[in-house]
Amino acid sequence: MATDIQGAEKALELKFYPLDQFMVEPLFGDGPVGLFTVTNVTLWMALAVLATIGLLVLGTSGRATIPSRMQSVAELAYGFIRKMVEDVAGKDALPYFPYIFTLFIFILFSNFLGLIPGAFTTTSHIAVTAVLAMMVFLTVTVMGFVNNGAAFVGMFWVSSAPLALRPVLAVIEVISYFVRPVSHSIRLAGNMMAGHAVVKVFASFAPMILISTGIGILVTPMSIIAITAIYALEVLVSFIQAYVFTILTCVYLKDALSPHH
Amino acid sequence: MASETSDLAQSVVSKCVGPDGGAIGMPQLCVEWFGNQIFWLAITLVIIFFVLSRIALPRIAAILAERQGTITNDIAAAEDLKARAVEAEEAYQKALVDARADAQAIITETKAEIKSDLDAAMAKADAQISARAAEGEKAIAEIRVNALESVTAVAKDTAKEIVSAMGGKADAKTVTAAVTARMKG
Repeated sequence: MATDIQGAEKALELKFYPLDQFMVEPLFGDGPVGLFTVTNVTLWMALAVLATIGLLVLGTSGRATIPSRMQSVAELAYGFIRKMVEDVAGKDALPYFPYIFTLFIFILFSNFLGLIPGAFTTTSHIAVTAVLAMMVFLTVTVMGFVNNGAAFVGMFWVSSAPLALRPVLAVIEVISYFVRPVSHSIRLAGNMMAGHAVVKVFASFAPMILISTGIGILVTPMSIIAITAIYALEVLVSFIQAYVFTILTCVYLKDALSPHH
Repeated sequence: MASETSDLAQSVVSKCVGPDGGAIGMPQLCVEWFGNQIFWLAITLVIIFFVLSRIALPRIAAILAERQGTITNDIAAAEDLKARAVEAEEAYQKALVDARADAQAIITETKAEIKSDLDAAMAKADAQISARAAEGEKAIAEIRVNALESVTAVAKDTAKEIVSAMGGKADAKTVTAAVTARMKG
């Protein structure tokens, strides 16, 4: 009897593996993760695609003048991003609207799907966000040179500053330009990862009551309340990070279209 | 290739996964998972991009344009109807004013008619009244003359009778003259 309890207590140790939720695992079998292996990444990205199709294609299939709820949300998202592109990057940026909308909707759905308990958050991975940020960076750089030619480099030469300061500012501008994709990607991945890890840490404290009633009676409710609070914050962060990534894309794109600021 | 896979499977599944199945370090920094993620990300983005640019976005744009059109048409129709309502009200007001004027004219006309009828009737009545009055006067005068004659005759007769009764012999001429003189006095 006594050994039973001892054994049970040993099994009920608190386990802190807040990063295990970010592991990439094959969906079928236990083999290594190759380039084309169907993994949990595949699953959750596919779900993001399905959610996108569900909202923006199935939701609008009624083509109703008086929209249904789903259609209303789809129209709202469309209007939100379209207005952002127009306001921030200007009317010239409208050809890039589908591209920016793709980024926004993918990040938004990945963030929100990641909030489902037990889900895998694809946007918490630097590999994913770095590709997104590099896409934006390369697009902006290439389109900047295509649209403005060599004059695009003039963006780094701050002509409104005193002449003596201009070389220094040019160095700073160049550095900040190349740091953009780094901050752009780490901001998103860092936010998503940190929130999920914190929730997981609090969740690890929740079974405390099973180990020690005395401490657990305080710690368990507190950790559950903390999970709820952080989760609410994460819902907000999920949207805000998708928004921030998109609006920064618009800001960078504005440089490619009209580099004088 | 095959031996490499089996080697990996034999020792540990991956450099990033510990023997207990947990992560070694940050899974985000596990380079051997990068390729897989980037591959699936590329596929995902391509699918989303084509779904959006080919189906979803043109459809939503069409819906919004159509709604804008409907709203514009409806507003135009509403303005048209409003103009017609204003027109109808103006017509109504005009009809009201016209009717008032007509009524006024009819009232004036009728009043004049009644007045002329009344005047005619009054004149007729006046004429009748004066005719009757004249007739009456005439009759009264006749009666007065007759009465005077009768009184004279009676007085003469009475005087003759009295004179003869008293034994006198009165000649008619004298008596008549006396009576006439008396009556004048």
